[in-house]
Amino acid sequence: MLKAEGLAAFRGERLVFAGLSFAVPVGGALVLAGPNGSGKSTLLRVLAGLCRAEAGELLWDGRAAMADPYEHARRVAYIGHQDAVKPGLTVAENLAFYQCFRTGAATSPHTALAHLGLAELADLPARMLSAGQKRRLALSRLAIGDAPLWLLDEPTLGLDSVALTRFGTMLQAHRDRGGIVVAATHVPLPMDAVGELRLS
Amino acid sequence: MIAILLRELRLSLRHGADTLAALLFFVLAASLFPLAIGPAPETLGRIAPGIVWVCALLAALLPLDRLFGADLEDGSLDQLLLGGLPTAAIALAKAAAHWLATGLPLLLAAAPLAIMLRMPSEAIPALLAGLLPGTLLLSLLGTTGAAIVLGARRGGVLLPLLVLPLTTPVLIFGVAAADAAAGGLSARPHLLLLTAMLAGALPLCPLAAGAALRGAAE
Repeated sequence: MLKAEGLAAFRGERLVFAGLSFAVPVGGALVLAGPNGSGKSTLLRVLAGLCRAEAGELLWDGRAAMADPYEHARRVAYIGHQDAVKPGLTVAENLAFYQCFRTGAATSPHTALAHLGLAELADLPARMLSAGQKRRLALSRLAIGDAPLWLLDEPTLGLDSVALTRFGTMLQAHRDRGGIVVAATHVPLPMDAVGELRLS
Repeated sequence: MIAILLRELRLSLRHGADTLAALLFFVLAASLFPLAIGPAPETLGRIAPGIVWVCALLAALLPLDRLFGADLEDGSLDQLLLGGLPTAAIALAKAAAHWLATGLPLLLAAAPLAIMLRMPSEAIPALLAGLLPGTLLLSLLGTTGAAIVLGARRGGVLLPLLVLPLTTPVLIFGVAAADAAAGGLSARPHLLLLTAMLAGALPLCPLAAGAALRGAAE
């Protein structure tokens, strides 16, 4: 399980949050809510290990998560604001590159793409994709690895209703396997039994 | 690491125009000298090693601001940092990709360019022997500079100001090697110094660039 105790973080010179504590159980989900600029994205980056927490501690299964940052990085699948899609590569190549980092991942890029209905676009250059399709490609990165901690920043931005349903299935399957989801969002996500953390 | 290298090379092939730009700049800039100075072989041959080196230095700078800039903008840098690789390994892969896509073509184009500039034929092997560690050093120092200015406003302007002073020793010994060979002296001490610099930069530059990358992501 994921546990945070008294987290605090700066963005530039500004203290965005302090004294933040929460726990997400195995198979659980946490939605970060709050107005723009309340530190949702910063918190996700802190949880991913991309930003440093100025104070507090992050625990994974009761042990300090950042004691070995590289091990923590392998636990995390992070989908940020940007899609990290290279327009010069095809859809399948974009995905295959990230598969190299995930040891023990048996899912092929094509299977991962099928999760979000992108399989027939696999050989298309990514520059031809629409904004929503790029988002689906970014989300299908979640399916290639077996990272237990999914950190999602506005994951459903630009998705149509069919893709939203498929994404809901992915989230549920991940939680059934004992995975954890932490998502920052303004719109309700297609999953149930979620905890909410309100930042101000 | 090899995956990053292969991806970078595939991207430089797909964006062939960007990759060729540095090479074409090198050839064009060097071709301007005979037009400006005049085609007299004794003048031109005397300064040819300097022309080739300075033009190679400037050409190697061209692709640097996109080396990490594109990855920072589209979010790929975050994904690379979360790949579980040491940041120094990411920087080393990037430097290797920069050398293969820019340094190696420059090295290959240098010999015909030197002949065109009437360089004494006995100096050409020394020039190329100096450019081999020289271009590798430019890629390593350039990658470090590119990582340091990452995220800075007007990083593209800052980058040459940061990298060019660092490359002056490379330039001095590289040109000295070719000059020594043209004057009938041994180029060996200069080449050894260049190789020694490479041996120092090979572990240090990726470490510095890796630390800068982590800072840029925060």
